[in-house]
Amino acid sequence: MSAPMSPSTTADPSTGPEAVDVRPRTRYPLPRALFVTIQSVFLLVIAFIVLVPLVAIFAGTFQDGGEIMRNGLRLDVDLSRFSFDNYVMLFTDSGLYFRWFANSVGLTLVQVAGTLLVSSFIAYGFAVYDFKGKNVAFISVLLLMTVPFEIMMLPLYVMVNDLGLADSYSVIVIPFLAAAVTIFFFRQYFLGIPKELLEAGRVDGVTEFGIFFRVVLPIARPAMAAMAILNGMVTWNNFLWPLLVLRSAEKFTLPIGLNTLLTPYGNNYELLIIGSFFSLLPVLVLFLCFQRFFVAGMTAGALKG
Amino acid sequence: MAQLKERPAPPRAALGHRLKGLLYSQRLAPYFFIAPFVITLLAFWAVPLVRTFVMSTQSVMFGEASFIGTDNYERLWRDRIFWQAMFNSARYMVLTLLILIPGPLLLATVISSRLGSARIKGFFKASLFVPALTSVVVAGIIFRLMFSESSTGLVNEVITWFGADPVRWLRTDLGGLVALLALATWRYTGVNILYFLSGLQSIPDEYYEAASIDGAGKVRQFFSITLPNIKPTMVYVTTISIYGGLAMFLESFMLYAGNASPNNQGLTVVGYLYRRGIEENDLGYASAVGVVLLVVIMTINLTYLTLTGTFKKEESR
Repeated sequence: MSAPMSPSTTADPSTGPEAVDVRPRTRYPLPRALFVTIQSVFLLVIAFIVLVPLVAIFAGTFQDGGEIMRNGLRLDVDLSRFSFDNYVMLFTDSGLYFRWFANSVGLTLVQVAGTLLVSSFIAYGFAVYDFKGKNVAFISVLLLMTVPFEIMMLPLYVMVNDLGLADSYSVIVIPFLAAAVTIFFFRQYFLGIPKELLEAGRVDGVTEFGIFFRVVLPIARPAMAAMAILNGMVTWNNFLWPLLVLRSAEKFTLPIGLNTLLTPYGNNYELLIIGSFFSLLPVLVLFLCFQRFFVAGMTAGALKG
Repeated sequence: MAQLKERPAPPRAALGHRLKGLLYSQRLAPYFFIAPFVITLLAFWAVPLVRTFVMSTQSVMFGEASFIGTDNYERLWRDRIFWQAMFNSARYMVLTLLILIPGPLLLATVISSRLGSARIKGFFKASLFVPALTSVVVAGIIFRLMFSESSTGLVNEVITWFGADPVRWLRTDLGGLVALLALATWRYTGVNILYFLSGLQSIPDEYYEAASIDGAGKVRQFFSITLPNIKPTMVYVTTISIYGGLAMFLESFMLYAGNASPNNQGLTVVGYLYRRGIEENDLGYASAVGVVLLVVIMTINLTYLTLTGTFKKEESR
C-alpha cells in the first residue's frame, strides 16, 4: 500500500472515512490507537464541560427560583424536590413572557427579511457594476465594519428622542437594513456568478432590476440561508439598542424582558430561569436542523480574501 | 452625470430599449442599487458620528448645549474612573486575545488531524458552537448564577472538590475577572475554532506531504506551514477580538446585573459611556468618552490591518 493518496479524498478531514489513515510516510510519535483514544477523551471532556452551563439552567427549570438566586445554580440537585410547577406557571401565569416571545419572533422575521433584501440589493450594485465612486463607497462598507455600534448608540439615542421616535420598532429595524457584513458577504457571492448569465437576461429584455430579482436572487439561496442565520441570531439576541429605544413593557423583546426580571427585588426568579431556558429553544432547534447553514453564516466574516 | 456619459456604454445596454432606458441603463442602475446604502451611511452613521464630535465639545445639560471647547477632554484626562474603565477594557481585550486565539487554534488543529473518530469530532464541534447561539443576556444570567458566591454555587462546588476554599467570585476584582473571562471563553471558543478550521482546510494537503517527505515533524509543520497559511484568518479573528474586547459592555452588565460593580471592577469604557450618557444624561462628557474609544479602536485596527497588509489588499480590489 504505497500508492499516494489523492488529495481530493482528504479535502475534508473531519468527515473523511477511517480508511484515510494509510499514510506510510508520516511518523506519529504515539501508536495510532493510543493517539486516537487520547484525542477522543480530550475532545469529549471539553465538549461535556461546555454543555454544563446549559444542563445547569435546564436543571434549574425544575427548582425553586428564589433558592437558585440565593445559592447559585448547581448540578448535584436533590432530585426528590424536582417539580414541574415552573412549567405550569410558564404556560398559565407568566405575565408578558409570551408577548415578549412573540415580539422577538416577529421582529426577527421582519429584520431578517428586510436585511436580506436590502443588503443583497446593495451588494449586487457593488459586485456587478463599475461606476464612479465605487471604491470610496466600498471602503466605507469596510470602515463601517470596524465602527463599534456602542459609540453610535449615544447620538442615535439623542436623535431618536429628538424626533419622538422612542418606543417604536421602526428605529430598531431600519438603521440595520443595510448591514455591512451582510453586504460584504453577498458581494463576494455575486462576484462568483458568471457574467454570461446576466447577459442572457439582458438579451431576453429583462431590466437591470429584473435581472437581480428574477435571475440572481433565485440562485443566491445558499448565501441567503447563511445570512438569514447570521442576522437572525444577531436580532434574536440584540439587547443594547432595543433596551435604549423600547419603553413600554408590552413592546419588550425577550432579552429586554428577561433583563427586567434580574433585579435584586424581583419576586419571579422562576420565570427568569425557565424563561431564559425557553428563549434558547427556538435557536437550538433550528441549529439542530440546519447546522450546516449556521456554521456558514456565523463564520461568514472570515471567508474574505 | 456629465462625467458618466464620457465612458462608452456597454455594448448591450439600452439597445432597443430607449423608451424604458432608465430601467435598462447599466450606467444608472448601480446608483439605484447602492442608494439605500448611501442613505443609511449618511443618516445613521455619518450624522451621528459628526454629532458625537460636536457634542464632545459641548456641555449638554437638560437639552441646553453650549460650546466649551476641549473642557470635556481635559476633564476626562484627570478622571480616575475613566482610566480605570480604560484599564479594565484593555486588560479584558489582552486576556481574551491570549485565551481565544491559541486555544481555539490548537483545538482546530486537533480536529483537523486525519486520525480519530469523525463522529466525536462532529459532536465536539456542535457542542462548542452551541454557546455562541445563546444571547449574552441568557449566558450572563447563567454565569452569574454559576459563579454565585454561595458555597453551593456550581463553580464553588467544583473548586472545593479540588480542595480549594469557596470564593466570593463577583465581589473580588480577580474573581470577577475570572468569571468574565470564563463567560467569554465559553461563548467564543467554538466560533473561533470554526474560523480556524475554515482557514486550515484551505491549506493544500500537498504542503504537508512535501514537508513530511523532507522529514519535518508535526511541530515544525505547524510553525512552517500552518501558521503562515492561516494568516488571513488570524488577521480577521484578531481584529474582531480587539474590537470586541475594547467595546465589551454587555457581558459585564449582565454578570453584575447592572452597570454598577464593587469598586467599579467590572466597569468598561462603554459601560462608562453608558453611565455618563444614559444614566446621568451628561451627553457632552459621554460623547468625549465615545470619541476617545473610537480613536483608540480605529487606531489599533488600522495599524494592525496595515501592518499585516490586509487593508492594502482590500483597497486594490
